[in-house]
Amino acid sequence: MRYIEPHAHMVSRTTDDYMALACAGCKAVNEPAFWAGFDRASSQGFYDYFRQITEYEPKRAAKFCIDHYCWLCINPKESEDVVLAREVLSIIPDFIQCDNVLGIGEIGLNKNTRNELQILEEHIQLAVDHDQMILVHTPHLEDKLKGTKLIVDALSNHSSIDPSKVIIDHVEEHTAPLVIDKGFWAGMTLYPESKVTPHRAVDMLELYGHERVWMNSACDWGISDPLSVPKAALEMRRRGYDDSFIDKVVYLNPAEFMGQNPKFKLS
Amino acid sequence: MSDKKTNLVDLGFMDARIKLIDIAAFLDRIDRHDQTDDYRVSALKEALPELLSTERGRAARVLNLLSDQSTDPVSESKIQGAFGAPSPEQ
Repeated sequence: MRYIEPHAHMVSRTTDDYMALACAGCKAVNEPAFWAGFDRASSQGFYDYFRQITEYEPKRAAKFCIDHYCWLCINPKESEDVVLAREVLSIIPDFIQCDNVLGIGEIGLNKNTRNELQILEEHIQLAVDHDQMILVHTPHLEDKLKGTKLIVDALSNHSSIDPSKVIIDHVEEHTAPLVIDKGFWAGMTLYPESKVTPHRAVDMLELYGHERVWMNSACDWGISDPLSVPKAALEMRRRGYDDSFIDKVVYLNPAEFMGQNPKFKLS
Repeated sequence: MSDKKTNLVDLGFMDARIKLIDIAAFLDRIDRHDQTDDYRVSALKEALPELLSTERGRAARVLNLLSDQSTDPVSESKIQGAFGAPSPEQ
C-alpha cells in the first residue's frame, strides 16, 4: 500500500516513527505549523521553527525516502496575543518561496475568541495576497461546532477564496457536512482519545462520500498514533473496500489537493 | 467494494460492547465516589438517550449535545484547552 500522511507534526516525532511510516508505505508527509505545547516568547521562536520545518525536517524525512512538505502560520492558540501574531505574520512571506512550503496553515480557531478570529482573517488575507492554499484547524471538542461555523463564514465571506484550495481539518460527524456542502475539502483526524477513530472515519466516507476528503494522524507531542492512516486503510479493507478505493482515499486525494501547488511533486 | 457483504456486527460488536460496559463502569465509579455533580457528567447523561434512538445520525446528535451552541465569538478566553462539554460559565 502507498499513502500520504497529510497532517503530521514530525518535529515532535522520533526517527523510529519515520521508519514506521516508511515501512507502512508512506511516500510524503505534510507538516502544518502548530502549537509547540507551550506559548513561544517571541516571534524569533517562530522564525527558528519555520527554519526547522523548511530546512531541517525535509532532510530528516529524506533519510527514510519520504518527501516533506509544510505550511506556515501562527497557530490559533498563540493568536490570542495579537501583537505577537502580527509579528509572526510579518515574517511568513520570507519563507513562502521555500521549496517545500505549500500554503498557509494550520490557521483557524481554538476558543473562538474575537482576537483569534481577527488573526484568522489576517491569515486568510495573507494567503490571498500571496496566492497560497489554506489548511485550517478547527477547535477541539465542545468548541468545534461553533468554531467550524465561524471559520466557514470567515472563508465564505472573502470574495477571493476558492474553496477547492482550502482544506478544513479535524471534521467530525456534526461538522463534516458544514464543510463539504460549501465546497471545501475536509480532513478527518484519527486520534486515540478524541476526534475520530478509524471506524468513524470510514463511516463518514460512507455518509459523506470519498471525494475532497483526506485522513490524517495529526501525530504530535501528545497522545497520537502516527500509523493511524494505515489502520484506517485496514478498516476499509475489512469492510470490503478494494485497493483502488483505499488508494484514492489515502494517496490520490491528498496528492490531488496538495498538487494544486506546483511545488508538490512526489519523487 | 467487493460483492461479498461484510458482517459489520462481527466486525464491531466486541468493540461496542467493551465501550458500553466502560460507560456503565464510569457512571458506577463516580457514583461510588460521590462525584456525579459535574457539568460534564450531566452532559454525558443527557446524550445517552440518543443511543436508544431508532433514527440514524446518532453520532452527530451526540456530538451536537456535547457542543457549545452559542454563535458569537467570545471577548476573551482564560483557558486554552477544552473539556468535552460546554461549561456552564461558557
